[in-house]
Amino acid sequence: MRARTRLTNLPLGAAPVVLTLVSSSLILLAAGANPFEAFANIIGGAFESWRKFADVLVALVPLMLCAAGMLITFAAALWNIGIEGQIIMGALFTTAAVRWFPLPSALILPITILAGMLGGALWGLLVGLMRTHGHVNEIFGGLGLNYIAIALTNYFIFGPWKSVDGATMSGTDPFPAAATMPLIAGTRASWPPLIIALLAIAGVYLVLNYTRWGLHLKAIGLNAQAAGRMGIRTTANILLAFAACGALAGLAGSFQTTAVYYRLIPSISSGYGYLSQLVVLLSLLRAEWVPLIVLFFSIISVGSPRLELRMQLDSSLGGILQGSIVLFFLLTRGLQQRLSQRRERKHG
Amino acid sequence: MFIELENIHKHFGRVHANAGISLTVPEGRIMGLLGENGAGKTTLAKILSGYQTHDAGTIYLDGKQASFRSPAEAIRAGIGMLHQDPLDVPALSVLENFELGGLQSGLRKSRASAARLQELCKRFGFSLDADAAVSSLTIGERQQLEIVRLLDQGVQVLILDEPTTGISSPQKVLLFRTLHRLASEGISIIFVSHKLDEVEQLCSSVTVLRRGQVAGSLESPFSPADLVLLMFGKALDITERPDVPLGDSLVELRDGTIRTYRLTMDHLTLELRAGEVVGLAGLEGSGQQLLMRACAGIQPLAGGTLAIAGQDMTRKNYREFARLGVRFVPAARLEEGLISGMSIREHYALIDPNQGNVIAWGNAQTQAAEKISEYNIVGSPDSLVQALSGGNQQRLLLAMLPEKLALLILEHPTRGLDIGSSRWIWEHLLERRLQGTAILFTSTDLDELVKYSDRVIVFSGGMMSAPTPASQVTSESLGYMIGGNLR
Amino acid sequence: MANSLLVETIASVIASAAPLVFAGVGETITEKVGITNLSLDGSILLSAMAGFAAAMLSGSLLVGVITAMLVGALVAGIVATGSIALRQDQVAVGFVLTVLCTALSSFLGKPYVRVPGPSMPHLPIPYLADIPVIGPIFFNHDLLVYLSYVVIFGTVFLFNRTQLGLRLRAVGERPEAAFARGINVNRYRYLFTCLGGALVGLGGATFSLSVKLGWSYQHTAGFGWIALAIVIFGGWNPLRVALGAYLFGALNSLASILQPAFPTVPTQVFQTAPFAFMILTLLIMNGDVLERLPRGSRWLRKLLQGQAPAGLGKRFQSD
Repeated sequence: MRARTRLTNLPLGAAPVVLTLVSSSLILLAAGANPFEAFANIIGGAFESWRKFADVLVALVPLMLCAAGMLITFAAALWNIGIEGQIIMGALFTTAAVRWFPLPSALILPITILAGMLGGALWGLLVGLMRTHGHVNEIFGGLGLNYIAIALTNYFIFGPWKSVDGATMSGTDPFPAAATMPLIAGTRASWPPLIIALLAIAGVYLVLNYTRWGLHLKAIGLNAQAAGRMGIRTTANILLAFAACGALAGLAGSFQTTAVYYRLIPSISSGYGYLSQLVVLLSLLRAEWVPLIVLFFSIISVGSPRLELRMQLDSSLGGILQGSIVLFFLLTRGLQQRLSQRRERKHG
Repeated sequence: MFIELENIHKHFGRVHANAGISLTVPEGRIMGLLGENGAGKTTLAKILSGYQTHDAGTIYLDGKQASFRSPAEAIRAGIGMLHQDPLDVPALSVLENFELGGLQSGLRKSRASAARLQELCKRFGFSLDADAAVSSLTIGERQQLEIVRLLDQGVQVLILDEPTTGISSPQKVLLFRTLHRLASEGISIIFVSHKLDEVEQLCSSVTVLRRGQVAGSLESPFSPADLVLLMFGKALDITERPDVPLGDSLVELRDGTIRTYRLTMDHLTLELRAGEVVGLAGLEGSGQQLLMRACAGIQPLAGGTLAIAGQDMTRKNYREFARLGVRFVPAARLEEGLISGMSIREHYALIDPNQGNVIAWGNAQTQAAEKISEYNIVGSPDSLVQALSGGNQQRLLLAMLPEKLALLILEHPTRGLDIGSSRWIWEHLLERRLQGTAILFTSTDLDELVKYSDRVIVFSGGMMSAPTPASQVTSESLGYMIGGNLR
Repeated sequence: MANSLLVETIASVIASAAPLVFAGVGETITEKVGITNLSLDGSILLSAMAGFAAAMLSGSLLVGVITAMLVGALVAGIVATGSIALRQDQVAVGFVLTVLCTALSSFLGKPYVRVPGPSMPHLPIPYLADIPVIGPIFFNHDLLVYLSYVVIFGTVFLFNRTQLGLRLRAVGERPEAAFARGINVNRYRYLFTCLGGALVGLGGATFSLSVKLGWSYQHTAGFGWIALAIVIFGGWNPLRVALGAYLFGALNSLASILQPAFPTVPTQVFQTAPFAFMILTLLIMNGDVLERLPRGSRWLRKLLQGQAPAGLGKRFQSD
């Protein structure tokens, strides 16, 4: 019986991938492009050189950190769409730490990391407080805070922190060398963020599966009323989940400034927060799947720009692939559940 | 219109809610459908009015076979039902609700509808403000609205499910007068209730259901004793049981007030001593659930004081009650008690006070396995709680309680359980009382109440009786009191 | 002189708010029937692009507008199917569609970026446009702006004066009760989710053909979220939702008027501030602030308060 259901599920399991390839091929054909060439370019773009593959690792860091954070809030059934703002605040706090505090160079990086986490955590906590104490749905509270975070960074970038050589580049002046992460030779990637991102996802995996706090979050997400009756503090845990997710997102923002752009720029979050939401939806909230999905998404993100160079196509094809695979995943999962329900009803 | 039901069956999973019901509803008369909670009355009413489909059996309207796939079809055939919780749209106005459900399309003909509404209200002496929001109405007024709406749709048969729960006594008088009048105009009425006095007052015939079957039918005038016998079966058999010396006073509720949308309860007084078992009898929604929730710290008191073990707990929350050793085992096991989607092992990891920040899954596993065998739960530590049967969910809830408790409050501890499980659960509970745990519970099973309680309190319409020693309670007196005669 | 400037400003607010009116009222209809279409930010982008491209390719504005509406309805249809037939989380499906549609608009819209194309012709309504003050404010625009008035009052009419509207509200408020009254709950939900989506698409077309002419990368980004917020702000009442759209438009132009007065504050702050301000008002509306208002200001509470349809997001099965 079990073997049979597995077999019948197999084609449906591959369905999201197939449907994504088919539908994006149609879109490509509509745009007058050869689908095979496009897909080959994306993969080729990500693997054409060691330097290019290292860019995949650069993209992987913020996505992994945000997805790790998202797993925490999703465990408690919370939609932390405010994660974009939390990334931005992480970057803002990091930049503030670099600019405002004359620190000995050995301490700069650790302090900036902590500052970034603090910024993200505070911004996440605000979303949580709006929900628990202001009755504002976390989706809208988070969106509002996203825009406020954007306005704040814009204020600093174009105001007090305006670049001296102004016109050349948008953003603040570059950070001093002591406030930038060391690079892996010949690449744009650096080890510490990558290692920290991997540690973060591993840590979240452990927290969610092996700690009491993780179990409490899961209980709150599944049935907050019963969890409360078992003595679990729902409000405090919800706030803590937002703060933890915010801290990880802030960390991502911090690395975007100290390891990628070496300055604060507008839209520093680059949509990684929203993308991480797709990652977590696709992982079915299981941390062990996240690294693989993040790698896959990063390859697409890094490979897509080659479409512009070689095929004069827009690089947003990557976003189409990422979005449609999640959409088809959700839809086929629904179909699968309906079918198996119907089968059960017939047999029992 | 007269209705015949022939051999109606309805299953919900393993529960056989209607097991071959046959009955006749005469035209232009008020028929009572009596039975205690869970006897199958509401299921039958819903089948007849199209809300549920039956598994087997036939419905005849005026001798012609009929079947409804939806309430709308039933209304078109002339059968309308008034639900215990009126099935209206609170956010809309009275007039909008009145208009809704007609088959008209296009523009609303509000003026004509308002005129019809006013005329119907005048006819029955209702006073409904057409522009008021239904959410601002009392339950009684919402019932009145549903009645005139159904009449406006042209129903010939009106089914009322426990219509007197939650309405004021003038509203009740008005309702009964309306029903008499409708019957005299040729409308058939099915009055679903478990209140003996109301059935006596109102109905010209009564059919009693018990455990999904027709226990008997009587014509007015009824003898209350006969009705009680049909509702509850054989007379209770009182077993002697050893007296347990009661401990100190544990719960002291003085002049308590509880206010909810449906019910206001005043002057509540309760004293419970350590090791005492008090059973609360009464129809669903008569106030016993609210009292229990107040004693557990879930339902806040609007007035009065509550002390537990000498400490004032009047404004404390559930967590603080729990710290004193108070636990509440709800009837809604999967909604309030257990966490659907989690396994038994995860539940043990959640409740174990010895678990550190890192969960010792091994300990949780061992604990879960031990309790599974100790409490005879059919399942494994990996079993998700929603996959367990009701009886096993109940065992798990009991198994999850701490060893030492001051007060254990249970809603329907044996509902849906077989005899073996029920007996096992009570053995377990009585053992706890030997350790000084006081037990407060509700049940609809009179046998259970009399057999296991030291004292019994009966609730009706938000009033509570004086506690009666269980040894002095008879099935007849209990049935009477449940039916509304609290003396 | 100052007077005519004010009239001009108000007129431009009325015109520039038209896309938000369409999207906000459309989403109001969708939510009134019990479904949240969270995809607005993406579907407005995609329909704006599709509407512009179709109008350009066909040379017909009507084809452009209809295409945009179809795109909006299609996206809404996916939300409805995902949540009703396939029983997936509405928020999840809506969010994924936001991302997907945004990417699609960038990809498919590339050939049309900053290409001059057709736009709605200016069409003052004879006689009405000559009325002092009111004329220039309301009747000196293009057809889509006039259509936005029709949609506002049409929706009010639908909700309050028709049987259909009564039923759709019942479906959103209490699906069980609607079912009991013979209404096919899920059919209503599909129908009005798609209708709401079509209006959202119309909003997109109004952007690219009337308000912010043409197409560019992320042309309308952010407005979908604003539309969703305006629905809450407007308490699910089409008239108040429209008011919210105008208020947002007014804030936007206020920002550009105030900007010269604060030379130290960068322009970019003014561009994002209205978004933040709008959503922060939600905090005040939803929170306990309203509860704490003094008794005398009950009218204010009534004006600001709004209850979400009780059945919003609740699944319904008739069995």
